[in-house]
Amino acid sequence: MRTRENITMNTNLLYLLLVGGLVGAASGYLGSFMVLKRMSLVGDALSHVALPGIAIALTFGINPMLGALVALAIATFGIWYLAEHSEVYPEALVGVFFTASLSLGLLLTPEPELLEALFGDIDKITPFDGLMVLAGAVIIFIATTLISKKLLLGVVSEDLAKSQKIDVSKINLIYLLLVSLVVALGVKFLGTLLTGAMVIIPAVTAKNISRNIKSFHIFSILFGIVSSTIGILIAKYFGISSGPAVVLTAVVLFIASYFFRK
Amino acid sequence: MENILKCTNLKVKFGGHEILQGLSFEVKRDDTLAVVGPNGAGKTVLFRCLLGLIPFEGNVEWAPDAKIGYVPQKLSVPGDIPLTVREFLRFKESDDKKITMVMSRVGFKAKAKHRHHDLRVLNTRLGKLSGGEMQRVLMAYALMDAPNVLLLDEPTAGVDIAGEKTFYALFEDLKANTDLTIIFISHDTEVVEKYADSVLKIIHEHHENTGEHHHEH
Repeated sequence: MRTRENITMNTNLLYLLLVGGLVGAASGYLGSFMVLKRMSLVGDALSHVALPGIAIALTFGINPMLGALVALAIATFGIWYLAEHSEVYPEALVGVFFTASLSLGLLLTPEPELLEALFGDIDKITPFDGLMVLAGAVIIFIATTLISKKLLLGVVSEDLAKSQKIDVSKINLIYLLLVSLVVALGVKFLGTLLTGAMVIIPAVTAKNISRNIKSFHIFSILFGIVSSTIGILIAKYFGISSGPAVVLTAVVLFIASYFFRK
Repeated sequence: MENILKCTNLKVKFGGHEILQGLSFEVKRDDTLAVVGPNGAGKTVLFRCLLGLIPFEGNVEWAPDAKIGYVPQKLSVPGDIPLTVREFLRFKESDDKKITMVMSRVGFKAKAKHRHHDLRVLNTRLGKLSGGEMQRVLMAYALMDAPNVLLLDEPTAGVDIAGEKTFYALFEDLKANTDLTIIFISHDTEVVEKYADSVLKIIHEHHENTGEHHHEH
């Protein structure tokens, strides 16, 4: 006979799987563009930028996801502005922002919450967080689909895109802001050290087995969902942190994809 | 004949260097203009001005009905990017019938005898194309929305002899059978002599550029 506790636990697990799946799907979709843009490290580094935002949010008793979002948005504008107005490569700029933010974040984050901020704790996800993830994922899917052709044409040839009156710089900014959003959505679930991995790994896995762009996007999303789902189930079963479990699941899928390479 | 393009006193500076200094020329409708000059003279820079990709001083005046198709120089797309030729062409045209029609126009036919002319290239990754195939695909992309001006930036740079031959056969066909105004950059004097109606020579001397406009009819 099912007890009330069991039902609550199952509902909770289902809810966590749903939130994790949404984060996985959105990260996978955005990641598929990031891999093509040869910007894989940007997602990883951006996730570290979230730490000072989380620290400040925790200090003031605000939702850490919102703190992360604000910090990420500021960093994204900074990186984009400098990339547009200086001759330093964006990757180098991201490196500067990343190390500065990580240092600042480590100093600011209260010690009891530090481990949670770095690696995530799925049990701390509230219904409000779930709503934010749902809204964020919807925004990411709609906005990314709307800019996808322009974004891809910019990857193939910036000149060709500009000759068609596409504002490549604006499209890049929108894209980076969407990456910030997905990182902010993932920080509670995966932690600031590992959120970036979910933007990269499902996408590179998908690239190994995709024949065309359409299947590449679909596989990226699917691998994001599958990694999150299996990772959460493993984390729950063995009582370990969700972040490492999800990322290691994604890594296993990545290794397996090499045997099916196109 | 009426002009489709008029450039007046075009100047471009990069980091204190003057790449173009006061270049003025006109292009007549249906004309085929070759832009020639040594490396670094500013030929590609001129194209970037014509396309509005970079800031410049002076005036670039296209006719109100000018619709430009642009074929960039040597597009290098990594082979691991899973973007097929069809998906690339769909950036501009969603109708597959139209895509097939334009691809056939640039020499890709259904069940062609030679692999390089087969329409099945549509399912090939863009980064896996040979230099010659890539240039014809870029030509198809440029022609997709029916332009009346074609800008070709060294269209056969890095293309093998067979690919070059196929490309210029297409060039000749477009010149003879369409009303396209073609402006192309080339280092090949033989090609310029054979296909150009007019030649714009950009000379680069002692950091000064002079535009000379020769008409060779």
